[in-house]
Amino acid sequence: MTTRALTRGGLKLDTHKRRSTTHPLRAATTPEVLVLSVDQHAGSPAVPIVKPGDRVLRGQPIAEPGHGVSAWLHSPVSGIVRTIEPRPSALHRDPSVCIVIENDGANRVFEGQPQPRDDSPQALREHIARGGIVGLGGAIFPTGPKLLRAPERNAHLIVNGAECEPWISCDDMLMRERADQVISGAEIVCRALQAERCTIAVEDDMTEAAQALRAAAKQSKIVPEIVTVPSIYPAGGERQLITALTGHEVPSGKLPQDIGVVCQNVGTVAAVARWIRDGEPLISRIVTVTGSATKDPANLEVLLGTPIATLIADCGGYAAQPARLIMGGTMMGVALDHDRHVVVKGTNCIVAATHEDLEPPGPEMPCIRCGACAEVCPAFLLPQQLHRYVLAGELENLDRYGLIDCIECGCCDYVCPSQIPLVERFRAAKPELVRYLDMRGMAPLARASYEAREARLARLEAERQAQLAEKRRALASKFKNS
Amino acid sequence: MIETLNTQLPTSQPPHTVAPNSVGRVMRLVLLALAPAILLHAVFFGVGILVQVLLAVASAIAAEYVALRLRRQPVRKYLFDGSALITAVLIAMCLPSLAPWWLVVSGTAFGILVAKHLYGGLGSNVFNPAMVGYAVLLVSFPVQLTRWPSPDVAGLATIDLTLLDTLRTIFVGSLPPGTTWDAVTSPTPLDAVRSGLQGGFTLREIQASPTFGLVGGRGWEWINLAVLAGGVWLLVLKIIRWHIPVAVLAGLAMPAAIMHAIDPGSYAGAFFHLTAGASMLGAFFIATDPVSAATTERGKLIYGFGIGFIAYVIRTWGGYPDGMAFAVLLMNLAVPLIDRYTVPRIYGRET
Repeated sequence: MTTRALTRGGLKLDTHKRRSTTHPLRAATTPEVLVLSVDQHAGSPAVPIVKPGDRVLRGQPIAEPGHGVSAWLHSPVSGIVRTIEPRPSALHRDPSVCIVIENDGANRVFEGQPQPRDDSPQALREHIARGGIVGLGGAIFPTGPKLLRAPERNAHLIVNGAECEPWISCDDMLMRERADQVISGAEIVCRALQAERCTIAVEDDMTEAAQALRAAAKQSKIVPEIVTVPSIYPAGGERQLITALTGHEVPSGKLPQDIGVVCQNVGTVAAVARWIRDGEPLISRIVTVTGSATKDPANLEVLLGTPIATLIADCGGYAAQPARLIMGGTMMGVALDHDRHVVVKGTNCIVAATHEDLEPPGPEMPCIRCGACAEVCPAFLLPQQLHRYVLAGELENLDRYGLIDCIECGCCDYVCPSQIPLVERFRAAKPELVRYLDMRGMAPLARASYEAREARLARLEAERQAQLAEKRRALASKFKNS
Repeated sequence: MIETLNTQLPTSQPPHTVAPNSVGRVMRLVLLALAPAILLHAVFFGVGILVQVLLAVASAIAAEYVALRLRRQPVRKYLFDGSALITAVLIAMCLPSLAPWWLVVSGTAFGILVAKHLYGGLGSNVFNPAMVGYAVLLVSFPVQLTRWPSPDVAGLATIDLTLLDTLRTIFVGSLPPGTTWDAVTSPTPLDAVRSGLQGGFTLREIQASPTFGLVGGRGWEWINLAVLAGGVWLLVLKIIRWHIPVAVLAGLAMPAAIMHAIDPGSYAGAFFHLTAGASMLGAFFIATDPVSAATTERGKLIYGFGIGFIAYVIRTWGGYPDGMAFAVLLMNLAVPLIDRYTVPRIYGRET
């Protein structure tokens, strides 16, 4: 069955997925030192439960969930906790606390994993949370809390394999090579949700993946419906996919569960299968390593905390000096300033791109109101008007014109003849709008996430100040002594 | 040991890649789409149009340069973005090709300096600069704007002006010895219909004149066809969208068809209106100026229809033979209102 991907908007982009799908999936080199940020999921950071000098085993919990929405974190290797300290982060502007583990090479596995308290779906949901699993499609929302907040029964589970970013192929490779994991993960999540329907969506050019899924589904207890959607960016956006498959829209400011749908990435359900079936928590993931500056692009199974330079070396090294090193896709990913950053739970792809791979925006011109942005907006917004109100600081109009509903897919930027960095400006304007809406008492959800961030920033600032004061004291006493 | 990069890499905000497009490219393609019509104009009415275009372009660039300097804007970035060139070419195409030089120069300068830069320059002008420039000329120098040369077609007593004659006419204002304005000019089809009807003639009698061709004015019908072709090309390239042109043409054709059905003797039909005057130019090149047009899809339909309708009303019952310029300016005025009431429904929201 094929459906229309997007009711409106979207882009037909040239895909570069084939470059990284010629080799079978293989494991990346295990590094000697792994760096694990406690802040690699949506919600509040995890809290370390180990201290420097502790011996840890592969799969052993090393940080527990913080307050509210948060996630567990496990050691990907056996070894020794060398230090716990703030380090520059690929995802955040400010450093985040990292647990640094020295690999002892023995690969001893932690045996003390907890067991679900009973056979109930509720206990299963709680147990999934213990696996440290988060949304691997990029949203990194902790899966346990997501399932615990889902309807008690009869949800429609949508497993999202519609990987629409033009360079990323990790989900495609996962489905081709480990379709059984995806199907059995979908089965487990269905059980946890007591779901009555399960749909797996892939893009229409992923024929091998769809075949593998169909074959694997024959042995399955559940009967997932395997649906192809046209490969139009961003068909794999959660809300866009839900609408394509169900015909219903997720109301603004609400979640899919409010219309009885739970959406999980294929990688996420595969991680659930590994945790529930094999007892291995989320300590590794599949990463696409690609781009013209990579000699031999491939998909690698990578332990969390592995430096990006290691992955590039595993793929033959650099073919050229990269113009950009992007974590994620070229449309929504983060450009890294160096390759010593590490793989986190949300790292689906590394694009070492040359100038030929990217068409950089030219000099910014004023908006000529051509409306090309509005035509491609999958949220049906008017980016040209939003941009005007962002520049003018008109919060009332930003609310009316739906800035909050922007999914930051970048389609508007992509087509803008004036080369205006629309998404960048929209992102920057959102916090202020949230504050404004909050004053009007309209955005309790948005406020929660915003406050968590503010608190985190304040805490980091306090820590920094404390460190500075410490340094000053040290310097002062040094002067006195000399 | 793993090899790492020694240098810091440049970063950027997503998306990290964009479609190869620019304001300059859009404007250049629009200019290219106008070229066939200008060439046909030269074929039918003489080389005057080319002189007018050159004059307009030169004054537009000069005015743009002065305005950018005065506004302390980066000259290099804006001077050749193509927008001033389009303003210039559109004004030149709206003026009679033998009009005196100061007409096109002052009209273009007014459009660029007042209608564009006093409102904030590219992207900020409320009114279409070309139409402001033209309208100012139309209300200030109505006589000069009626002196349209006769089409150079068989069956018409025309005097061939050489390039030198043309230049002398435009720059000095003197026709070659022995010729009068009446000899080199003839009323445009819209003029002819208008004054003919006022003089008590029927439409059939008026259209029997040799200045009329198959459906519209001799020469004019082909020029309009070339403009239409250019417009369709821009549609195919997705430089413009169908909403405004279709709505403008519908706004013209619908009332024309209705009035013609009621009284065929006194009201020209839809086909005549579509091929007369600035209909095609207005629909595809003037009303589609994105800066001064409505920006939502429904808004574009309302905006376009309003232009076509007002142009028809002015042509038929107003004080000017063609109403395209005033129709565009009046609808420019309504754009903020139209945009405000035609905001599309946002994903996940009720209306």
